[in-house]
Amino acid sequence: MRFTKDHEWVAVEGDIATVGITAYAAEQLGDVVFVEVPDLGKTVKQGDGLAVVESVKAASDVYAPVSGEVVEANTALGDAPETVNAVPETGGWFARIKLSVPAEVEALMDRDAYEAFLSTL
Amino acid sequence: MSDQDLKKTPLFEAHVAAGARMVPFAGYSMPVQYKDGVLKEHLWTREHAGLFDVSHMGQARLRGANPAKSFEKLVSADYQGLKPGKQRYAVLLNDQGGVIDDLMTARPDDDGLFIVVNGACKDNDYAIIAKALEGEATVERLEDRALLALQGPEAAAVLAAHVPQAASMVFMDTVALTAFGVDAIISRSGYTGEDGYEISAPAADAARIWNTLLDDARVKPIGLGARDSLRLEAGLPLYGHDMDETVSPVEAGMNFAIGKSRREAGDYLGVDRISRELAGDLKRVRVNLRVLEGAPAREGAEIADETGAVVGVVTSGGFGPSVGGAIAIGFVPPALAVIGAQLKVIVRGKPQAAQVVASPFVPNRYVRKI
Repeated sequence: MRFTKDHEWVAVEGDIATVGITAYAAEQLGDVVFVEVPDLGKTVKQGDGLAVVESVKAASDVYAPVSGEVVEANTALGDAPETVNAVPETGGWFARIKLSVPAEVEALMDRDAYEAFLSTL
Repeated sequence: MSDQDLKKTPLFEAHVAAGARMVPFAGYSMPVQYKDGVLKEHLWTREHAGLFDVSHMGQARLRGANPAKSFEKLVSADYQGLKPGKQRYAVLLNDQGGVIDDLMTARPDDDGLFIVVNGACKDNDYAIIAKALEGEATVERLEDRALLALQGPEAAAVLAAHVPQAASMVFMDTVALTAFGVDAIISRSGYTGEDGYEISAPAADAARIWNTLLDDARVKPIGLGARDSLRLEAGLPLYGHDMDETVSPVEAGMNFAIGKSRREAGDYLGVDRISRELAGDLKRVRVNLRVLEGAPAREGAEIADETGAVVGVVTSGGFGPSVGGAIAIGFVPPALAVIGAQLKVIVRGKPQAAQVVASPFVPNRYVRKI
């Protein structure tokens, strides 16, 4: 698993990257009451808006940590947005992206680097 | 403003110790939520009792020969007719009939009037009030006092254990009394739609009173996040969002803030506009919306009619935990401000179905008689 400074995580299998937000981000957001996942086939560049998570108080963008095409979206979050709080780094994933620039993944932080980054916040 | 410039309420240390997430609000470092989070804090307040620190709000005394008469130059309410032991809501008006702030004024004792204004507005309010009342009445800021709100269906039983007199008060009663061993001013009112009290007490005693109330298992500390969702569900406008200097109290649906005697006398600021609006000549009015699909519509989201034409804007919106869905307050032309009217809210470019519903979203539970 790789991480961004915006608190997204990426898990890659083959050329497919599963994307979500970290436990830290989910805790900071508070109770998630609505999730907007991307449409299938949407093409994103690294850093583009990919999804939106909403707590009682505010809406927050989730950015694409990697470039590519959305090949699957976690539509189950529509009925169960609380999954993002319960299991942010597994069942609370937002989308699967078919990588167009695989090298982007290697440039992201690993778990140790992300933990070190969190300790600076 | 950097965090170092933020003011602290007398309860700052208590919030930090309780694990609050502190945010800048109205120039203060305030708790937006505690460990339970906004959703649970909101629901706890609706079911039990929530304790809020609202010490950022401005408390002041107006004193003079007839401070109520002097104050009426600036506000919409009939304050000369305000009975001892009562408080009444009003708006501070500009000369165009726009709202400079909304406030509560009470007559808790025979020491003039006691006012509570919004934290973000207080410096401006006091300057305006002092100038208008010059030579007739004075404004004394009560900077050394804290303000706590205890809200929820169990608030009355909790407070009565410490302040027996609280049990015999009804909604909007406001009295000066000795409570928790200090000089306090207690009103039976609040900003959640629930029964409850606001307690003004000396800053030096605030933490002791706060902790005493929290010792009761029915009470939990509640942050500003839940305060906002609670007031939104209660259909209560928030100054700076649902009201500002361009919005009149009639547009904001706060006609009750304009006293009957004041209407008859026509002696308030902005009377030309407000009397015309009271007679029905209105361009926009506040409505409550239930968002029927999609994401919550937040402040700034456009409101469209069924043809897609933009007809208004959302001024407060979010998720209502007790409603169990997205709700909003916004402004639309009167013709569309009809219960059941089908509208759209535009969220991130997408039109979503919304419907005009009655206010409040959640029935209020004020105790009007005992």
